[in-house]
Amino acid sequence: MAVGKEILTKIRSVQNTQKITRAMQMVSTSKMRKTQERMRAARPYAEKVRTVMAHLAQANADLGHPLLARRDVVKRAGIILVSSDKGLCGGLNVNSFKRFYAKVKELQEQDVEIDVCCLGQKAVAACQRARLNVVASAVQLGDVPKMDKLIGPLTVLFKQYAEGELDAVYIVYSGFINTMKQEPTLEQLLPLTPQHMVVEHSHSWDYLYEPDAPSLMEFLVKRYLESVVYQALAENMASEQAARMVAMKAATDNAGNTIKQLRLVYNKARQAAITTELSEIVAGAAAV
Amino acid sequence: MSKMHVEVVSTEQLIYSGEAEFLVAPALEGEIGVYPRHVPLLTRIKPGVLRMTVPGSKEEVLVAVSGGMLEVQPTHITVLADTAIRGEDLDEARANEAKRAAEESLQHATDDLSTAKAHAALAVAIAQLKALDYLKKRVH
Repeated sequence: MAVGKEILTKIRSVQNTQKITRAMQMVSTSKMRKTQERMRAARPYAEKVRTVMAHLAQANADLGHPLLARRDVVKRAGIILVSSDKGLCGGLNVNSFKRFYAKVKELQEQDVEIDVCCLGQKAVAACQRARLNVVASAVQLGDVPKMDKLIGPLTVLFKQYAEGELDAVYIVYSGFINTMKQEPTLEQLLPLTPQHMVVEHSHSWDYLYEPDAPSLMEFLVKRYLESVVYQALAENMASEQAARMVAMKAATDNAGNTIKQLRLVYNKARQAAITTELSEIVAGAAAV
Repeated sequence: MSKMHVEVVSTEQLIYSGEAEFLVAPALEGEIGVYPRHVPLLTRIKPGVLRMTVPGSKEEVLVAVSGGMLEVQPTHITVLADTAIRGEDLDEARANEAKRAAEESLQHATDDLSTAKAHAALAVAIAQLKALDYLKKRVH
């Protein structure tokens, strides 16, 4: 009896999809834990660099480093856009891009030109669609954030800032709050806001410097900025895995529901066919 | 003998944390040795090896670093280690690489754009040919 053959085929295809989404869900569940650990591992360094930098700035108030210069008029701004390399992670990238486009629009209304630095495949694609000027990019970042890949794009932006081509630098990424919640975050990297430079308890001592304070300051500021971006990338990766896990769980559940409904339709059709056949036989017998 | 706490951190992880009685670091201007209660000092270090004498052990502890910054306080020492080998030229090369990547991705975009344009032009041409065919048929 060939009742509902199409329905059976459909059920099988949904089952296959479900297998894939379930596998992806499990993969991102295990990756998520690791990415979260990495996100936490990056914190002590950033904290330490910030403390040393703050102290140095306080002891030497007149350090004229180009990266610390503040500009009164903003004519050109750089934005670092962090995204994932792959899709299938719910609204994660879209939400970040919305935040990003809002900032772009706000800046464009103030006649500020924009240079974008893209980290991640999806960011590059989004900037191309929006016809924005991409000055540097890094893609194929993998599952482990690597400082090595960040140095290049960041050097481009920071150099432009130091030379006065850029007047402000922002970063947009997806902040990790918890597994269920990721929030697009926009932060100002440059010029450094005074809150970066506050020391908790001020002493009246100073370091011995070798070779000299300004060159050490340059080193620290660079490392600090890099660590902030690194942290953002690590957080974005943790968000990506969490979002993918949730999205894939929803997809698996939906597939389950679809299969259930299709089964119901199939059973009904089969039962209807049997009933018709029976009544035909009974009618036939009665006629004889 | 007095001790000091040594921490070696990098952006990617905590590399080493423990007590030490004496530490030698490859500073930019030459190797420096640090005993506990050293005056506060800030210096850059070259890629190399940190050597530490650890209480209760005759063996020195060695930690390899690819450059970074050394912060000395009387009772604790922090090494802010770089995770990648750094240098002006190298950073410059990386920056160029990033720029090239960006340009390349834009190049692809223009390719896509020209393909799309060609497709549109082709569609118009086909439509015109069809119209011509139609007109010819009507004339005959």
